[in-house]
Amino acid sequence: MLKIKALKAGVENNLILKGINLEVKVGEVHAIMGPNGSGKSTLSSVIAGKEEYQVEEGSISFEGKDLLELAPEERAHKGVFLSFQYPIEIPGISVSNFIKTALNEKRKAIGLDPMPAKDLLKFMKEKMNLLEIKKGYLSRNMNEGFSGGEKKRNEIFQMAMLEPKLSILDETDSGLDIDALRIVANGVNKLKSEENATIVITHYQRLLDYIIPDFVHVLYNGRIIKSGGKELAHKLEEKGYDWITKQTDKE
Amino acid sequence: MSEKKKQKEDKLLEEVTSSEYKYGFTTNIESDTIPKGLSEEVVRIISAKKNEPSWMLEYRLNAYKTWLEMKEPDWANVSYKKPNYQDVIYYSAPKQRPVLDSLDDLDPEMKKTFDKLGISIDEQKRLANVAVDIVMDSVSVATSFKETLKEKGIIFCSISDAIQDHPELVKKYLGTVVPVRDNFFSALNSAVFSDGSFCYIPKGVQCPMELSTYFRINEAGTGQFERTLLIADEGSRVSYLEGCTAPMRDENQLHAAVVELIAMDDADIKYSTVQNWYPGDKNGKGGVFNFVTKRGICHTNAKISWTQVETGSAVTWKYPSCILKGNNSIGEFFSVAVTNNYQQADTGTKMIHLGENTKSTIIAKGISAGKSNGNYRGLVRISKGAKCSRNFSQCDSLLMGDKCGSHTFPYIEVKNNSSQIEHEATTSKIGEDQIFYCNQRGIGTEEAIALIVNGYCKDVLNQLPMEFAVEAQKLLEINLEGSVG
Repeated sequence: MLKIKALKAGVENNLILKGINLEVKVGEVHAIMGPNGSGKSTLSSVIAGKEEYQVEEGSISFEGKDLLELAPEERAHKGVFLSFQYPIEIPGISVSNFIKTALNEKRKAIGLDPMPAKDLLKFMKEKMNLLEIKKGYLSRNMNEGFSGGEKKRNEIFQMAMLEPKLSILDETDSGLDIDALRIVANGVNKLKSEENATIVITHYQRLLDYIIPDFVHVLYNGRIIKSGGKELAHKLEEKGYDWITKQTDKE
Repeated sequence: MSEKKKQKEDKLLEEVTSSEYKYGFTTNIESDTIPKGLSEEVVRIISAKKNEPSWMLEYRLNAYKTWLEMKEPDWANVSYKKPNYQDVIYYSAPKQRPVLDSLDDLDPEMKKTFDKLGISIDEQKRLANVAVDIVMDSVSVATSFKETLKEKGIIFCSISDAIQDHPELVKKYLGTVVPVRDNFFSALNSAVFSDGSFCYIPKGVQCPMELSTYFRINEAGTGQFERTLLIADEGSRVSYLEGCTAPMRDENQLHAAVVELIAMDDADIKYSTVQNWYPGDKNGKGGVFNFVTKRGICHTNAKISWTQVETGSAVTWKYPSCILKGNNSIGEFFSVAVTNNYQQADTGTKMIHLGENTKSTIIAKGISAGKSNGNYRGLVRISKGAKCSRNFSQCDSLLMGDKCGSHTFPYIEVKNNSSQIEHEATTSKIGEDQIFYCNQRGIGTEEAIALIVNGYCKDVLNQLPMEFAVEAQKLLEINLEGSVG
């Protein structure tokens, strides 16, 4: 589904990703871990197409198509979803209005008519139940005055509504207390299927107790320095990042 | 005669006849225009052409003399080349716009805008001045509305008709809220106003529909110096709409309108405007100068609410105001002012609290894009006698790009110690982060801007009558198209 080859990218002559190779297949969950400043968020921004990041070399293909050629919204229409580390406020626009716009723009892009209001509402309610979201939430303004937990849950709610093929969860666990973490993680697990894939970007192993990855990659200084199964995450938790990074620094 | 020769002659005949028609048409128009420039003579001609009574002529002449002594104001934060007032034609017969055969002849860009606004084909034809050979629905609709209004005793007509048919009302109220001497432009308007609307709601009558210039479509179009007078008698209630969301390609550079509202005891007036005059091209060439004086007076327990969506004009100078004379009266001002390219706007309101326990609310939202300059200028004056009065003001500015400007000039004067004033102001930029967030959800940049701007203006747009609000929303989108990126 997603193939990243020898990707080098950065911001304003400052190279952050120094040759990333990664392949994600349908039905898989990948975790990307690494210390601060290793390039985790840059990687997610480059996949989503944030303008300020320049790709110097390498390629990203998604279902066989060159992703780098597409505008961010076109990538979204193809089924790429990014759950933001810091979700943005849009004052005056209700959650329901925002999601309606997003959903219908996507439908338009793939040649479908807007979803009838009645169906949309039913669909929203279904997903709200799934994520244990309370009533009244739909009419609140996008992320305005939301707590950290509410913002993250709102991201997952949008993910549920937009039904992406590839979801990238950027530090979704940060700022969540243990209950919110459980709800968000359960939501992600319920949305997981044989037709989609997930990349979980995280600092701590904690989230991976709830969302069990098939693969774990350690990102350090712009490169993936180690890949393994879920046991790699436990090892990192036990020994710290130093355990591998020191070795890399020596080389 | 050979066939060929006959054809030639026919062609010649056709040319002669058609060109003669053209010539005649031109002469006809010329005969009803007076020379440019302003003089006592011109004021007399205007009044005579309208067949006005002598008191009206006196009023105009007095205004003209006053105007001569006045100077064009320059305190507003706008810069433009002052018009040469002797280079303006102050009277021309109801303007003849070219009549089109069909909508296909319409400027494609204009057609595109109409479509985006969702204006019906009939309405488009009317706006574009397409000759229609069947009776348009809207005309008959307008007539049936007029019947209903008449039953309730509501007078709704052009000010010229009102001067003829209801002189006692016009004489009593004209110039009482905006005196001739109020400012340079009000004096000018009082001397030369061409036409406008008049409205009277009798005691205790609730006007059953939105009054709108829309319903006066079979009458002459709006003029350069428009004059509006609206009187809501005791305990009555009216909602009035003016303007048009469709783009107005008026070639008149100078517009100086005056609007006066009178809300008697317990009356309630809601006045909504959508202003979309030609703003000039992308390089700041051309465009309308819009110098408007709008003011209302509230007697005891009365309420006046102004709502405006200002998107057009090259230069806007406009401060719809409320004089809260009666005790417990209420004034409101809701405004969205958009400037793009090289547009300049200096707009806001004045809330003059005179009566006790008076209340005013100001919500002003400015949006600046391109190389434009938007200003909010507002005065809240609470006089000594206006005990226990309250004002709440909120002035927000939204900037798009880094070449535009936005300024806020709030003036606050409070002369007693039992009143309360709150003022909130914010300035923000449409962030790239906000746009990217929308993009990532599949919403394109133009759509994203529209969404963000609509959210920002929601408090004001909500004040507009429903069908107008939808159009106004689209209008904002169109005016900000291509302003980021």
